Amino acid sequence: MSETVATPRPLPAWQGLTGEFYAWCAQGELRFQRCDDCGAWRHVPREICAECGAAAWSWVRSSGRGRVFTWTVAARAMHPGFAADAPYAPVVVEMEEGVRLVSLMVDCPPDALAIDMPVEVVFVPVSTEITLPKFRRA
Amino acid sequence: MPTSLSDRACIVGIGETAYCRAPGSGKTQLGIQLEASLAALADAGLSPRQLDGVMPFPNLGSAEELAANLGIASLRFATTVHMGGAAPVASLRVAAAAVVSGLADYVLLPAGWNGYSGRRARETVAMDVSSLPGGAIARDYYMPYGLTAPPQWYALIARRHMHEFGTTPEQLGAIAIAMRKHARLNPGAVMKDKALTMDAYLASPMITAPYRLFDCCLETDGAAAVVVTTKERARDLRRRPVSILGAAAAQPYPADEITNRKDLFETGLTIAAPRAFAMAGLTPADIDFAEIYDCFTFEVLQQIEETGFCGRGEGGGFVEGGTIELGGALPVNTHGGLLSEAHVLGMSHVTEAVRQLRGDAGERQVADAETGVVTGWGDFGDGSIAILRRG
Ligand SMILES: [Zn+2]
Repeated sequence: MSETVATPRPLPAWQGLTGEFYAWCAQGELRFQRCDDCGAWRHVPREICAECGAAAWSWVRSSGRGRVFTWTVAARAMHPGFAADAPYAPVVVEMEEGVRLVSLMVDCPPDALAIDMPVEVVFVPVSTEITLPKFRRA
Repeated sequence: MPTSLSDRACIVGIGETAYCRAPGSGKTQLGIQLEASLAALADAGLSPRQLDGVMPFPNLGSAEELAANLGIASLRFATTVHMGGAAPVASLRVAAAAVVSGLADYVLLPAGWNGYSGRRARETVAMDVSSLPGGAIARDYYMPYGLTAPPQWYALIARRHMHEFGTTPEQLGAIAIAMRKHARLNPGAVMKDKALTMDAYLASPMITAPYRLFDCCLETDGAAAVVVTTKERARDLRRRPVSILGAAAAQPYPADEITNRKDLFETGLTIAAPRAFAMAGLTPADIDFAEIYDCFTFEVLQQIEETGFCGRGEGGGFVEGGTIELGGALPVNTHGGLLSEAHVLGMSHVTEAVRQLRGDAGERQVADAETGVVTGWGDFGDGSIAILRRG
């Protein structure tokens, strides 16, 4: 990461279910919650299953594969932590499991993005604790 | 029965400050809201002492400080609807329920900020997501990936619409140009003196694709306010009332996270609009004009679809050819909206609808306007709608 950025990029909170999600990422695994009763996958993390109400769930490993669902190209940063990155393109990836997550591509310039482009997860450490799931072309 | 509220409450006063993009008016955020509130009370012919209800805009003022400054000595109804830009119109519904049920006699709805000379609108969310429902989700799952501000969130939806329905940049441009044409007829509009052509629109720099500069709302200083009471009390007041025929507000599912909705185009308005029309006993074909919350051009298009003025996916064609301009079938944002009048958090859409229904809109008056729609859009797609009629 650039050392010249005055304002740090925002990081997720290392706590609760979010802490667990990112702890799996730090181990190189993308896992989502899956309901133990009805089998529904979910993201972002929730306390109970909104499909069936069940409290029991497990962190189940994703295939890591998905497709680009949509994206925007930030021509200028609206948070100073990303000033050195612009233009950059936050993407929404729809995983094979059906859940979607916001991420960034590591190998694809914004003008090469396409809806339904196949992608796969990679893991990028951004602090001593936090590793972000990002994507490359599959 | 929600239908019992139809045509029983009215907007009886409107007030606005000047709208501007200039450094340092010297007035505080509270000060400009007080100025607009006093103007609304004077317009109604009410004294502040008669007020007993106030609904502050979320995070921009407290009922306590508003009441203390205005001299509201018997404040008995104070609540805020936490729906961001959907709050003013959603508050109309709550205020109507309050006065009809006797919780309050006269309810004040103020909104205003120094969005230009103070902290810019673009900064408030990027740096302080805690003010949002779903703020922790944005902090943990959006912001680390550079998705930090509303135009970026909504651009994700706009791109899907372009992909699924073939919506074009020129169609978004037609919205920006219509708002600008209307602003040029509005002496109070910040962009009154600046024409906008399609070439200039298309040449404007990208902000967050597919949004260009002219797809994005203004950042301005200004405040607006309205006063709501019952139809019975309205008879004794100064101005001809504007009746709340139908009103509804709703949230998308889930409301705290955008990307995992089964259908990105189902927002709060999708749920709210049919309820408001049923309450009013009207259909979209009965509407003479619409003031639609226009934080960005695509949100206008999407709300036109979800209100039912056309089918989903047909908004691109609908906004072309002058349909949404004065003289067209459905003039939209006759004041110029957030895009070209000023960003008054949706409250100036309400005051403009009232002005149109009073016949006071001057050069931009919709001929024989009897029934109008006002919408609000906030946070991650909360929606509100009111159907108003000349009293
Ligand atoms: Zn379940």
